[in-house]
Amino acid sequence: MTATAAIVGPGNIGTDLMVKLLRNEHIDVRYMVGVDPASDGLARAGKLGVDASAGGVDWLLSRPELPDLVFEATSAKAHLANAARYAEAGITAIDLTPAATGPFVCPVVNLTEHGAASNVNMITCGGQATIPIVAAVSRVVPVTYAEIVASIASRSAGPGTRANIDEFTETTSHAIETVGGAGRGKAIIILNPVDPPMIMRDTVYCAIPADADRDAVTESIHRMVEEVRVYVPGYQMRSEPQFDDPRPGWQGQARVAVFLEVRGNGDYLPPWAGNLDIMTAAAVRVGELISQRDKAVTR
Amino acid sequence: MTADPRPAARITDTTLRDGSHAVAHQFTVDQIRAVTRALDDAGVTVIEVTHGDGLAGSSFNYGFSHTDEIELVKAAVAEARRARIAVLLLPGLGTVDDLRRAHDAGAGIVRVATHCTEADVSIQHFGAAHELGMETVGFLMLSHRVGPEALAKQARIMADAGCQCVYVVDSAGWLLPTDVTDRVSALAAELGDDAQIGFHGHQNLSLGVANSIAAYEAGARQIDGSLCALGAGAGNSPTELLATVFERMRVPIGLDVDGVLRAAHEVLTPLIPRLPIADRPAIEQGRHGVYSSFLLHAQRAADRYGVPAHAILRAVGEAGYVGGQEDMIIDVAIDLSTRATTSEGVPA
Repeated sequence: MTATAAIVGPGNIGTDLMVKLLRNEHIDVRYMVGVDPASDGLARAGKLGVDASAGGVDWLLSRPELPDLVFEATSAKAHLANAARYAEAGITAIDLTPAATGPFVCPVVNLTEHGAASNVNMITCGGQATIPIVAAVSRVVPVTYAEIVASIASRSAGPGTRANIDEFTETTSHAIETVGGAGRGKAIIILNPVDPPMIMRDTVYCAIPADADRDAVTESIHRMVEEVRVYVPGYQMRSEPQFDDPRPGWQGQARVAVFLEVRGNGDYLPPWAGNLDIMTAAAVRVGELISQRDKAVTR
Repeated sequence: MTADPRPAARITDTTLRDGSHAVAHQFTVDQIRAVTRALDDAGVTVIEVTHGDGLAGSSFNYGFSHTDEIELVKAAVAEARRARIAVLLLPGLGTVDDLRRAHDAGAGIVRVATHCTEADVSIQHFGAAHELGMETVGFLMLSHRVGPEALAKQARIMADAGCQCVYVVDSAGWLLPTDVTDRVSALAAELGDDAQIGFHGHQNLSLGVANSIAAYEAGARQIDGSLCALGAGAGNSPTELLATVFERMRVPIGLDVDGVLRAAHEVLTPLIPRLPIADRPAIEQGRHGVYSSFLLHAQRAADRYGVPAHAILRAVGEAGYVGGQEDMIIDVAIDLSTRATTSEGVPA
């Protein structure tokens, strides 16, 4: 049995997501919903045989057959308005906006904790790229503080991200703590306009005890990278994890630094837009896992 | 009998912000108080105090502050009699919440800095500053990376967001005086009376003061300096030299030159173990257009990975990394050291 799905928001994220879902054997994408009849994403959906409409969520909820899942790729504000309506209609929402109505989910870290939730939030692109690494370290040693730097190509940062860049830093910082397991989290995002565009890069720094078992930390990180690569094949470390002994100002802690590159699948935007890819690939992964959960429940 | 006075310019002193890079963000409350008092006595009306990378800059990536910058802002506010205290904010790192804390600590001016092509990420922060009643300045960093017209369009975005003065920021110390003239002129043509224009120079090619003169002649009315050039890379345009030169040019800047010289040489110098100079890595920054704040990070990575700092900086410049990407310095150093051990060699 496959789950049926709708995508609300036919922008870069929604369109990339559609391409991935059309390939996916566990999820059948039925509807693409927007509000602008001139949207490129809606036109593309129509051509690919997905029932597309600019009639918004009203149109979606008036379909004779409602989807099992809705992927929300609009804005935090729109999702806050839509979330209750999906819940009322019994549709599980996978939220790719920064609304954070439901719990934060990073599929390789904590999906099982929120398996029963009817609304889950996908954090941010930088969060999906880096929180698995924070979690990989914090499952071996206590991480009092973790800091991430996400560098993305300017062309992959849409107007929503630009208008409210604080949402990225705040949401990601929070999830580094609650999902990644760090005592305190900090997130930084950099937009780089270099041409040809740079591939998404992410750096993760974790404060670890000076006497931490570094081999165990390294092994845990490698294992986690392989788990993420299951759904984002272009996810890789640029070098081995780098360990530094405590320095003045580090409060007696040592540091592990991990340098990541996220090459996208090129489903909609080109491969440099790894930030788009890791977000949509993670959402698809969550959709798959939820559809398998629902299958298990119904049987 | 006397000629018409030339238009006034305002000097913003950034010893306690850009200079924070040169001391690896180790400023103490006592140092902030001493320098603020000396600058205030000399007539400086705007003093910037923040971590070198702006609010919330204290981090693994940029270096942890010795003292919380909000405490430093409070100390400067307490010490200043006439001067107002400015803070720097880089969207993507600092947030509106950080700005509120700085405002609560007494900061009256915010300078919002973006890469020279990314001005639209500052709109949110100018809006918040306006609500807080703060004076606003916009910083277009690495201004050499785009031409005058493109830079002017970005300045327009900031001005429309409520920015009262847009700076041409020569973060790499790459610009020549004619480049500065072209950029400031383009901004002047675009902005008219909508916003002032400022210039922030670096000494990597020893052109900070000359570039500041060019900027003034092209219409810039806010100019940045640092005592003894204390700042990233080879440092900033020295405030004491700007004061001296503008006095010679009969440009009213409202500073007591003797007081500024005293601040530089009797107050700041004894506090600072090593002043910035145009050494090889700093000159390579000016030559290849590399963000000046990368200097000490490159030197640290050079020591850690056994590759020359100037080679790291050159590679960073070739990759087109922008302000804030200090993590890429380590990445590049690892890469160069791997290439060295696999006998591909490191560029000389």
